[in-house]
Amino acid sequence: MRFQPTEDQRALRRGVRELLAARCAPQALRTAGARLDRALWRELGRTGFFSLRLPEAEGGVGLGLPEAVLVFEEAGRVLLPGPLVATHLAAGTVPGAGDGTTVVTRADGGLVPWLDEADVVLGNSSDAVPVRSVDPLTPLHRIPSAPPGDPDPAAVLLTAAEQLGSAGRTTETAVRYAKEREQFGRPIGAFQAVKHLCAQMLVRAELARAAVYAAAVTADPVEIAGAKLLADEAAVQGARDCLQVHGGMGFTWEAEVHLHLKRAWVRAELGQTAAQAEEALAAAL
Amino acid sequence: MDLSYTEEEEGFRAGLRDWLAVALPELPPPPSPGDWPARRAHDTAWQRALYDAGYADVHWDASPTRRLIFLEETEKAGAPYVGANFVGLLHAGPTIAAEGTREQRERWLPPILRGDEIWCQGFSEPDAGSDLASLRTRAVRDGDAYVVTGAKIWTSHAEVADWCELLVRTDPEAPRHRGITWLAMPMDAPGVTVRPLRTLAGSTEFAEVFLDEVRVPAANRVGAENDGWRVTMVTLSFERGTAFVGEVVACRRTLAALARTARENGRWDDAVLRRRLGRLNAEFGALWRLTQWNVSEAEATGGVPGTGGSVFKLRYSHARQELYDAAAEVLGPDALDLSREWNLDRLSSLSYTIAAGTSQIQRNIVAERILGLPKER
Ligand SMILES: Cc1cc2nc3c(=O)[nH]c(=O)nc-3n(C[C@H](O)[C@H](O)[C@H](O)COP(=O)(O)OP(=O)(O)OC[C@H]3O[C@@H](n4cnc5c(N)ncnc54)[C@H](O)[C@@H]3O)c2cc1C
Repeated sequence: MRFQPTEDQRALRRGVRELLAARCAPQALRTAGARLDRALWRELGRTGFFSLRLPEAEGGVGLGLPEAVLVFEEAGRVLLPGPLVATHLAAGTVPGAGDGTTVVTRADGGLVPWLDEADVVLGNSSDAVPVRSVDPLTPLHRIPSAPPGDPDPAAVLLTAAEQLGSAGRTTETAVRYAKEREQFGRPIGAFQAVKHLCAQMLVRAELARAAVYAAAVTADPVEIAGAKLLADEAAVQGARDCLQVHGGMGFTWEAEVHLHLKRAWVRAELGQTAAQAEEALAAAL
Repeated sequence: MDLSYTEEEEGFRAGLRDWLAVALPELPPPPSPGDWPARRAHDTAWQRALYDAGYADVHWDASPTRRLIFLEETEKAGAPYVGANFVGLLHAGPTIAAEGTREQRERWLPPILRGDEIWCQGFSEPDAGSDLASLRTRAVRDGDAYVVTGAKIWTSHAEVADWCELLVRTDPEAPRHRGITWLAMPMDAPGVTVRPLRTLAGSTEFAEVFLDEVRVPAANRVGAENDGWRVTMVTLSFERGTAFVGEVVACRRTLAALARTARENGRWDDAVLRRRLGRLNAEFGALWRLTQWNVSEAEATGGVPGTGGSVFKLRYSHARQELYDAAAEVLGPDALDLSREWNLDRLSSLSYTIAAGTSQIQRNIVAERILGLPKER
C-alpha cells in the first residue's frame, strides 16, 4: 500500500499551482467578476484541465480521478471561477468542452451556475430564474420546480476536491496572518484561543484530504459522499475561522476570505448536499 | 496514490487470517474487568500465543503497513488487543529498543515479546500532568543505585506490572527538561506502594504509586543521566502513532451494529438521528483512510511516526465520544442501564480526550510543531 501522491502526481500538482498562481491573482478575479475569462478558459483547455481523463487516443491526457482531484484542489485554492466540473465532465461528449473552446454548465439540483455565460447547458433549465448570487464570482440561476436529482459521483468528488483546496488555503492564510499580526505585544498566534482555531482548521482539512484522495482511488459513491460531507465542513468552517482570525479585516470586501466562504457555501449546495450525503451514508450502514 | 496492498502484504494477511481462525477459538472468554490477575493471565497468554506464532514483534520490527494489516485483521477477527501488554509493547519496549544498551535490550525485550513481563508507565505525578517536565519525583545517586522518593499517579496496569518505566528528577538545579532521567524500576522493590484508583467506569484501571526510598540499580537507567526527557519523547511519539488502528476498525463495527439496532427499535425513522449516524459513517471511514495515509507516510520516510499522529488523535478521540453519544440516542432510556452494551464504553470514551495528552495539549502540538505558530511561553 502506498497511499501518498506519486512523484508524477506531485509534479502535476506543482505545475498546476504555478500556472494558476500566474493567471489567477486575486485582483484579476475581482475585476472579471461574473464574466468568464474566455482566454483563460482556452488556456486551461490547452493545458489539459478539461480533457485530463480522456484517453490519449481521443486527444486527452489519459489520467484518472486521483489526478483530477489534485488539479481541482488547486482550482479550489485560487477560487478559479467558472463551471469547471461540468465542462470537465462534458469533455469527450460535448464538442469543444475538452479543449476549452466550449463552456458547459448543467442544472444541478435546483441550481445552475454560469447559465448566461455557458455555450451548452445540460439538463432542463427552461424555467430558470436569475438569483442575486451570494458569491460575486459565481452567477446563479434557480429552477424552482426541479426535483432533487441523483448525484453524479464524479461531479460530487471534484466539487469536494475544490472544497479541500479552499480549506487548505484558508488554513494557510489564517496561520500566516496569526504569525504577522501583533496585539498585546505579541503575534496573535501565540494566544491559545487563536492557535487552537488554526489547529482545528488543519485537522479538518487533513481528515478531508484523506477522505477525498481515498474516494478518488476507490470511486465508491458512498465514500465519495463521505468525502463531500467532510470537505464541505472543512471549507465552510475553515473560511469562517479564517475570517475570525482576521478580525475586522476579515469582514472586509478587500480580504480574500469572504470569497472562500461564499464559494464554499455555493459548492456545499452543488453535487450533493449534506442532507443527501448523510442519508446516502446512513443507508449504506 | 494507491490503496491496494502488495502481493507480499496480502500473503502476510492471508497467513494471519488462517492462524487466527485456528488460534481464536482456543482462547478462553475475557475475564471480568475487575479481576486483574485474570486479566493479566488472559492478556499475557494471548501475547505468548502471538509469540509462538511469530507475530510478537509486529509492533516493533514489521513495516508500518504490516502493523496496520496485523491490527486490522486481529480486530476484525475479534482477537484481544494488547491489554496489559500495552506499555511494554507500545512505550517501554520501543524506547528500550531505540535507546537501550545491548544488555538492556537482551534483558527486557524478550520477556515483553513472550508476554512474561508486564510494564507500566510512571510519568504523571499529582502536580505534573500536561506539564510533565515539572515532575518532582527525586532520584539521588548512592553507589551503584538511585534512591527514588516521590509519587506517581494515573499509572495504568500498576497493580499487575513487573516493571515501571519511571521518569525521575536527577538534577533539581538544571533547567526543567535537562534534569530528568529514565529508569526501569522493578515493581516489587521495597518502598513501592500501589494504591488502585477507581475510574468513573467503576473498575480500577489505574493507580497511585508511592515511592519511598526505592533503590533502583543504576544499570537500569536507559540513556544518559539527565537525558530522560529526550528518551521519553521517543516513547511518546510511538504512543501517538498506530496505537488506535484496531479501535477505528472496532468503531466502524460498532457503528454498523448501532444502525442495526436503530432499524429494529424504530429509532431509524428519526431523520436527525439517522443523519447523525450517516455523518459518523463518513467520519470513521475517513479516520481509517487517514490512518492509511499516516502509515504510508511513515513507510516512505522510514521513521518514527510523526506529528500526523496528533492530528489523528485529536479528531479520533472526539469522534469516539460522539459515537457513544449516538449509541445512547439509539438506546433511548436503555442508555442509563449499565448492563446494556455500549454504555460502559460510553463512560470509558470520556478518557480519550485526556489520556496520552489532552486535546488542548494536542492542539498546542499541532499549532506549534506543524503550523509553526509561536509558543505560548
Ligand atoms: C485513563 C487514563 C490512563 C492514564 N494512564 C497513564 C499512565 O499509565 N501513566 C501515566 O504516566 N499517566 C497516565 N495518565 C495520565 C495522563 O497522561 C494525564 O491525565 C494527562 O496528561 C493530563 O494531566 P492531568 O490529569 O494532570 O491534567 P492537567 O494537566 O491538570 O489538565 C487539566 C486541564 O487543564 C488543561 N490544560 C493543562 N495545561 C494546559 C495548557 N498549557 N493549555 C491549555 N490547557 C491546558 C488540560 O487540557 C485539562 O483540560 C492516564 C490518564 C487517563 C485518563
